[in-house]
Amino acid sequence: MKLVVCVKQVATIDEELELRDDGLDADFELELNEWDAFSLETALQLREGAAEGGEVVVVTVGDEDAEEALVECLARGADRAVRIAAPELAGGEVLGIAAALAAAVEREEPDLVLCGVQSSDAASAATGVALAGRLGLPRVAVVKRVERDPASGSLTVWRELEAGASEVLGVRTPALLTIQTGSCQPRYANLRAIKQAREKPLAVCGLDELGLAPSAVPRGSRLRGLRAPETGTAARMLEGDAAELAAAIREIIEERVAR
Amino acid sequence: MSSILVVAETRRGELREITKEVVGAALGLKEESRLPVAVALIASAPDRFLGAIPAGVDEVLRVESPAEHFEAHVHERALEQLIAKESPRLVLAGHTIDSFGFAPAVAARAGTGFASDVASIRWDDGPLVTRGAYGDKLVAELDFPEQSCVVLTLRPGAFAAAAAAGSVPVREVDLELAGAAATEHLRFEDAVDTGVDIGNASLLLSVGRGMDAEDELPRFEALAERLGGVLSVSRPLVDAGWVGSDRQVGQSGKTVRPRVYLALGISGAVQHLAGIREAETVVAVNLDPEAPIFGVADFGAVADLFDVADALEGTLG
Repeated sequence: MKLVVCVKQVATIDEELELRDDGLDADFELELNEWDAFSLETALQLREGAAEGGEVVVVTVGDEDAEEALVECLARGADRAVRIAAPELAGGEVLGIAAALAAAVEREEPDLVLCGVQSSDAASAATGVALAGRLGLPRVAVVKRVERDPASGSLTVWRELEAGASEVLGVRTPALLTIQTGSCQPRYANLRAIKQAREKPLAVCGLDELGLAPSAVPRGSRLRGLRAPETGTAARMLEGDAAELAAAIREIIEERVAR
Repeated sequence: MSSILVVAETRRGELREITKEVVGAALGLKEESRLPVAVALIASAPDRFLGAIPAGVDEVLRVESPAEHFEAHVHERALEQLIAKESPRLVLAGHTIDSFGFAPAVAARAGTGFASDVASIRWDDGPLVTRGAYGDKLVAELDFPEQSCVVLTLRPGAFAAAAAAGSVPVREVDLELAGAAATEHLRFEDAVDTGVDIGNASLLLSVGRGMDAEDELPRFEALAERLGGVLSVSRPLVDAGWVGSDRQVGQSGKTVRPRVYLALGISGAVQHLAGIREAETVVAVNLDPEAPIFGVADFGAVADLFDVADALEGTLG
């Protein structure tokens, strides 16, 4: 069983970020996208559950910094990594990224492609399904549980609906799933695995090597600029020590709940 | 004929509320764009939803789906054909779990413009939109040069819902949808009824990522009850397996409407804020003075949630 997991090195949004002077990007710390830890774990568990064994290939689009995310995935158990070096896609526009991923994923001829539902920084919730569209693959978005029938290789998936409900669907492979957080318990890599991860294969290729001409890269939108959000009605800030805050909060509760 | 095409969303026999918001957004652009507003109603037995379509819509495009329930690939195939036949200038859908399954694929296949989780749309010879960037810490403004059609998914709660239903002309559209479904619906599974009802509580004490100790949870549940309320949580605590999804507030959890929503250690991700829009009063306690929740709260305090919880317990004697 061959699985491809598409991952992203994202901006750590809990930290401060600084808008660049040209207003078209910001500087920030990087980490593996939270959702991708769950899609990788799902892939590793499917590989381990497959009697015939299998291979997990992680793919990303990004500059050299993005290799940290790949190495982290290799340390957790992925077999091989591919980085698509595409400075022309630096803005991260969804359809362009999906086109680049499609060119790389197609070559792998996987049985299953897994993506996170969304990235924590851009939160487009679109790249995986755009990729499925380009590849013409059946797909299910926002999956919280996957079961594979070992005989046929077909899948039963639980698509998350709101408020704890779900829809159970049958889907044949090859297919693409976008995986929701909380769907499994991502494993951590031990020190030895982290060391060994650097020995695993990590290929780097440009769009030309993938046979994707610059003119064939779609662009869904153009970024005109970034700005700080206008803060709406700002909260009335309560002041004082914890006891004073608690008293003020009690007062608000008594006044407004018991009306 | 060019138009603004709204994709209706239905589930288990009902037109979903988001459709009214998306129609509201479309009607808001009608004057500036001089485009008529059409609603694509792609469903099995679509007539049952006609009565709920908001007034002001120029036309409903009635598309009979071969799948009994929403099926992402049927939607994708239908929209590809509608884009080819009707040449809409804009295709609008909700930024919802259902749309996640087809909207990006439609844009990728049809080669249209695309943006998701759109928070505002302005018209200047074409759509100009804003959406969050870097976890909503920044706002990105996007345009779509040289695109004759643009697919947008709209952030729930960002656009005012269109008014009451009215009578709308219906046009039957015949599309090739046989064999389009690529998944088989097996069943719906409803949430387990645990007796916890955060949807109707008048006071919710809600904890989030800042509450980083599982063994402290019973204490917060007790505090919520002693204050006369119910404990609710944001998604990270459900993902961690600490709390059942019956207590989860937000876009993927429940929409709540308490008199007072007391948020302790919740930073206020968009998905969470979508669930508390109807709360009457929001009180937020967070250590980070820049937390987005302070942008929507009525009262805020920059403080440690455990200190405040201690002190709240103190007021109860």
